[in-house]
Amino acid sequence: MEATTGRTAEGIERARELMALATGDEKHDESSTSTFDVLWVLYDRVLRVDPSNPGWEQRDRFILSKGHGPAGYFAILAAKGFFPVDWLPGFMDWGNPLGSHPDRTLVPGVEASTGSLGHGLPMGIGVALALRAKDLFDPRVVVLCGDGELNEGTNWEAILTAPNLGVSRLTVAIVDNHSSSIPMGPWVPKLEAFGWSAQVVDGHDHEELVRALSFTDPDRPTAVVADIPEGEW
Amino acid sequence: MSMRERFAQTASDLLERDDRVAILLAGISSDRFLRARRSAPARTISVGIMEPTMIGVAAGFAMEGFHPIVHSIAPFLVERPLEQLKLDFGYQHLGGTFVSVGASYDYASEGGTHQAPGDVGALLTIPGADVFAPGTAAEAERLLRATYADGRITYIRASGAENPESFDVGRGRLHVVRRGERATVLAFGPALGPTLEACDGLDVTVAYTPSVEPFDHAGLASVAGDDPLVITVEPWYEGTALRAAVDALRHTRARFVSIGVPRRFRHDYGTAAQHDHANGLDAPGIRRRLDELLSGG
Repeated sequence: MEATTGRTAEGIERARELMALATGDEKHDESSTSTFDVLWVLYDRVLRVDPSNPGWEQRDRFILSKGHGPAGYFAILAAKGFFPVDWLPGFMDWGNPLGSHPDRTLVPGVEASTGSLGHGLPMGIGVALALRAKDLFDPRVVVLCGDGELNEGTNWEAILTAPNLGVSRLTVAIVDNHSSSIPMGPWVPKLEAFGWSAQVVDGHDHEELVRALSFTDPDRPTAVVADIPEGEW
Repeated sequence: MSMRERFAQTASDLLERDDRVAILLAGISSDRFLRARRSAPARTISVGIMEPTMIGVAAGFAMEGFHPIVHSIAPFLVERPLEQLKLDFGYQHLGGTFVSVGASYDYASEGGTHQAPGDVGALLTIPGADVFAPGTAAEAERLLRATYADGRITYIRASGAENPESFDVGRGRLHVVRRGERATVLAFGPALGPTLEACDGLDVTVAYTPSVEPFDHAGLASVAGDDPLVITVEPWYEGTALRAAVDALRHTRARFVSIGVPRRFRHDYGTAAQHDHANGLDAPGIRRRLDELLSGG
């Protein structure tokens, strides 16, 4: 079973239109737009998910670790049918399930409640280990982090421990929109030194993203750094 | 057998009997889980010395339907990763069991970096968290077996000190140890032993519970009477458990006093017994406070 809804140029344009409905979180606009292509590629062409059955046990698990700027994320989930499109105009309103940081108890398809930076990757490792303990070897775990988020020390704890725990069905997608106040690169040697498979790709190039995000290494966790140059958010 | 040993043995038993149990460690006590690692390596995880990540990994297990049992020394299990406990478990409505060793100043000689008389107060800030301070190793085992799969956040505070006898403890259950007229002395966890010794010859009720949260409001109300003086004896920061007692007796004219660890940093080493003595939490110290209070002081 796969996500198949709208795998066309029209699909992504529809999702962009939906993102425009979720207004009011302008301080996170760049977070939302810079993650949009990665999220679209994941949900359109990479992740195995079933919007009609968000708890399907064989699904791939996705965690938006940075949590910030979820308007694009919500628009894509709505476009794929996880929840009604008419939730979007009520973004951040009292009584609406969609807030400025996603809540797993409210939104179908959201695996983790995030927003406080540095929580998603440790949880993703736990999910990957739990899937292995359940003898579920097909599902993947994909965690999206921001470059600024990777200032937080828990990410580096997680990056250190994941290879040592033999976690291989885990991918961290790092959207590097150059918002970190301290330089985070060079990514590949840094992540490889911790035992990860790592590559940097153009964060707007869908074919590059599909290739990179579809790749898994049987022995190591993988990192895909989606580069979004300043001004191209 | 100490509480720590009894915990490790019980957790390992649960791991072998229930394939939804996972044990998460961050270095501490790894040598006590060798059997667990042999019998269920995929569910016995030592992440390294990184307690916030240990809590996050445990939450990942809980998200997939497991019952994580997570363990370290109290300051590193509770205070360092408090945000992970709050958000990864509390806010996400996930269940997990967190068992600490090194209660308050059990590791006195290590200094303040390894002491945590604030752990219970910190846990009580998380809505829905259950907090237990067993008084004996047998009580620790009983509480762990009863709660590990209940889907709640459960903190079990294993300590070096133990009471002389065990009770049939349970969630939100208070025990009346002896009855008297002049006051109700409510001892938590391993404070019961020195409290009973201190109360020798005094006309007071002594009640006991390891269950800080949930608290047995009805139980306390039933023994305290209409015009009570309630004195809590708490083996952590003084006043931590008063809120529950106040709430239980809100319709009475009760007066409350807490005897506990003074809220200041102590820069002493030595032994836990020496800290108890300095803090007035050994039997003579508790007796002095009780005598003052009962004489109107």
